[in-house]
Amino acid sequence: MPPLIQASGLTKRFGDFTAVDGIDFVVEPGESFGFLGPNGAGKTSTMRMIGAVSPITAGSLTVLGLDPMKQGPQLRSRLGVVPQEDNLDPDLTIEDNLLLYGRYFDLPKATIRERIDELLDFLQLTEKRKERVDALSGGMKRRLTIARGLINEPDLLILDEPTTGLDPQARHLLWDRLYRLKQQGVTLIITTHYMDEAEQLCDRLVVMDKAKIVAEGSPVGLIREHAPREVVEVRFRPGALGAITGVVETLAPRTEILADRVLLYTDDAEATVAGIGAAGLEPETVLARRSSLEDVFLRLTGRSLVE
Amino acid sequence: MTMPLALRVLESEARVYRRIWRASIASSFLNPILYLAAMGVGLGSLVDANLPDGIGGVPYLTFLAPGLLVATAMQTGAGEGAWKVMAGLKWTKTYHAKLSTPIGVPSLVMGHMLWTGVRVLMVSVVFAAVMAAFRVAPLFESLLAVGPALLVGVAMAAATTSYTARIQDPAALPLYFRFVVIPMFLFSGTFFPVSQLPSWLQPVAFATPIYHGVEMSRAIITGVAPAVAPWISIAYLLAWTVLGTVLAIRPFRKRLTP
Repeated sequence: MPPLIQASGLTKRFGDFTAVDGIDFVVEPGESFGFLGPNGAGKTSTMRMIGAVSPITAGSLTVLGLDPMKQGPQLRSRLGVVPQEDNLDPDLTIEDNLLLYGRYFDLPKATIRERIDELLDFLQLTEKRKERVDALSGGMKRRLTIARGLINEPDLLILDEPTTGLDPQARHLLWDRLYRLKQQGVTLIITTHYMDEAEQLCDRLVVMDKAKIVAEGSPVGLIREHAPREVVEVRFRPGALGAITGVVETLAPRTEILADRVLLYTDDAEATVAGIGAAGLEPETVLARRSSLEDVFLRLTGRSLVE
Repeated sequence: MTMPLALRVLESEARVYRRIWRASIASSFLNPILYLAAMGVGLGSLVDANLPDGIGGVPYLTFLAPGLLVATAMQTGAGEGAWKVMAGLKWTKTYHAKLSTPIGVPSLVMGHMLWTGVRVLMVSVVFAAVMAAFRVAPLFESLLAVGPALLVGVAMAAATTSYTARIQDPAALPLYFRFVVIPMFLFSGTFFPVSQLPSWLQPVAFATPIYHGVEMSRAIITGVAPAVAPWISIAYLLAWTVLGTVLAIRPFRKRLTP
């Protein structure tokens, strides 16, 4: 099967500002593909080009074998889009929001009604179907937006920051539903600045920073490639760090000194923790953990993902 | 491709309207009743007492009613072009949602204009019915007078839409109503003949869309020939509609598909 999305040298400029700077990537059918990066890295601009609502400035882009610039309406009829900002119709009920949206795809009313039943059931909104959008919680609005994105049974579902602003419980429910979609073979594209989200949902991802792709791979592969196995996070009393920086740097093969804590990258966390005591240091807290995508990002850009 | 998709946008607006029509219909009736009673009957009795021959040979109520019909159509059109568009672009962002579907900017603008036409028609027909109830003119003539009103409403909607799409700050809209729409309402022949204006101001009144609609509707109701040939007025109003619609497409694109 040919790739679902193929981008090469993809570029987006707004006047003098370059939002996306010549990126290359390929998304295969059935894959769950992520764009991980901080706000302003160019993720949303990339999504909007894929969604055929933003013309590309340079490079080439093919989505579902179509040219978004020339075959926009045809392409959009096969996409599901869940934007970062909910743009539901606040005056209408859940049901009517879905019905109206389905009509834009020229679907017969009977078909839409069938799908509404299925989708509301799948996203656990059936009891709320007659409620106005105004009255819904943030998590329910998000789920409704996902239901809306699925009304045309898309070949590709684009999710831009799907869980930003949600509480942990709502996030986990959403992740669970997205995971099931993935199991059903729906191709997902997800942007996120949460590494746990990327680890949970993405088969493969690219790390974006300052309009460029800085790494690509599976979550596990990226961690293996760019970060030692384990990390010891150490916090000291405010102001105490300055005098001991030299000692701290000898504790592990690689160290990152951040504003509020020190990260010690190591293959043997136990030995490193022991080393802290042996050096006579008295940290406030010590936490040993496995490396994560956060560490990968820090390694690649020298900055942490969520400031 | 554009037209069937524009019809989907029209359908969607109609479905949204179905949720709120009760309040809207009530004010569509109330507004003409209040205006015709206060200005037409109340103020009209004073005017008629001073002008035994009426204005152009008709009593003030008869003179005023077609003007108010067109003015109401104009305000409805301007309102749809202002608040509805600002909501779609900025407040609820429902236009962004529509553009994630096969609908593109031209179909969106076209569908919006079609819906505006439906809204103006609804309000104007109600107004015409009230006019007939006030015995200004028989129902048939009153309904004929809706034609020019519709042209004016749609022309104003097109112009207002292309203005709204260009402004970032919604606070500009109340100013637009205060300094553009209301003066048109007051000084373009609705309440008194334009010939009463100082001569330097008259050309400004002739340039407004509402003036041309008022002249035509009034001609239908009173039988007095309009000051401008109707085909010129019709062409002028259609030109506003086409130009406004076309000029709206670029700022829509800039905002929705940058």
